[in-house]
Amino acid sequence: MLDRLRFPQPWLSLTLFVTWQFLSDGISGGSLVLGLILAWGIPQMTRSFWPDPPAFIKAWRAPAFVLRVLWDIVVASVEVAKLILSPGQPRPAFICYPLELEHPLAISILASTISLTPGTVSADVSDDNKLLLIHALDAENDQEVIDAIRNRYEKPLLEMFQ
Amino acid sequence: MTPFTEYAISALLIVGGVFTLIGAIGLARLPDFYTRLHGPTKATTVGVGAIVISSVLYFSTLGQDIGIEEILITAFLFMTAPVSANFLAKAAMHLQVKTAKNTRGQSWDQ
Repeated sequence: MLDRLRFPQPWLSLTLFVTWQFLSDGISGGSLVLGLILAWGIPQMTRSFWPDPPAFIKAWRAPAFVLRVLWDIVVASVEVAKLILSPGQPRPAFICYPLELEHPLAISILASTISLTPGTVSADVSDDNKLLLIHALDAENDQEVIDAIRNRYEKPLLEMFQ
Repeated sequence: MTPFTEYAISALLIVGGVFTLIGAIGLARLPDFYTRLHGPTKATTVGVGAIVISSVLYFSTLGQDIGIEEILITAFLFMTAPVSANFLAKAAMHLQVKTAKNTRGQSWDQ
């Protein structure tokens, strides 16, 4: 019973609470109470879906990673736009990407990053968390795509999570 | 509102509109389901991003708000778009949707 009264993920609860204050029209007694209820209830309801948190995240490396991803989104969007408007057919490919990351949270961040950057969508993760299936819109050669992802995204994530 | 911010807002709106349009063209033009997945989820990331930034600029120069809501919209969009793309791809693989003839590699279904 006491277990139910705790906040199993303090950071998630804090994020939910603060986000709710921004979403509601100014901070009031009502928004504080409702924010608290959400900050308690949502982590409780979703607790079985969350992986065990990693021991240590080097969070100060995150801003550089986010900026790099945003920049890549802009650059790659222009490339995809050119590809869509050019008369030739794209050369799509399914690529198996061997993962070096091990933590489920890190893998899902990598998969989301791959999906957000234009030109690649992560389609699936193998059951043993060793392979990521990526669909590339226009890829001449599998190894190039794998190397680009490895150097630009997976290495910084590896440094953050280990 | 200074002319400079007005130009910036207009430019961002045009960029956003163009990218959204290109995403829609991609949806119509690309050869198979998987490649069509790229058009709307991708080109629109920049499209929506640009429109949201212009909205932030507009309302902050009017002095009403600093536009935290718009930034939250972007954050939610960036968090949910990969998930929906992933599930569409998974569903397509499960149904063994046909791929374009020149696709290299194989999808899998586990």
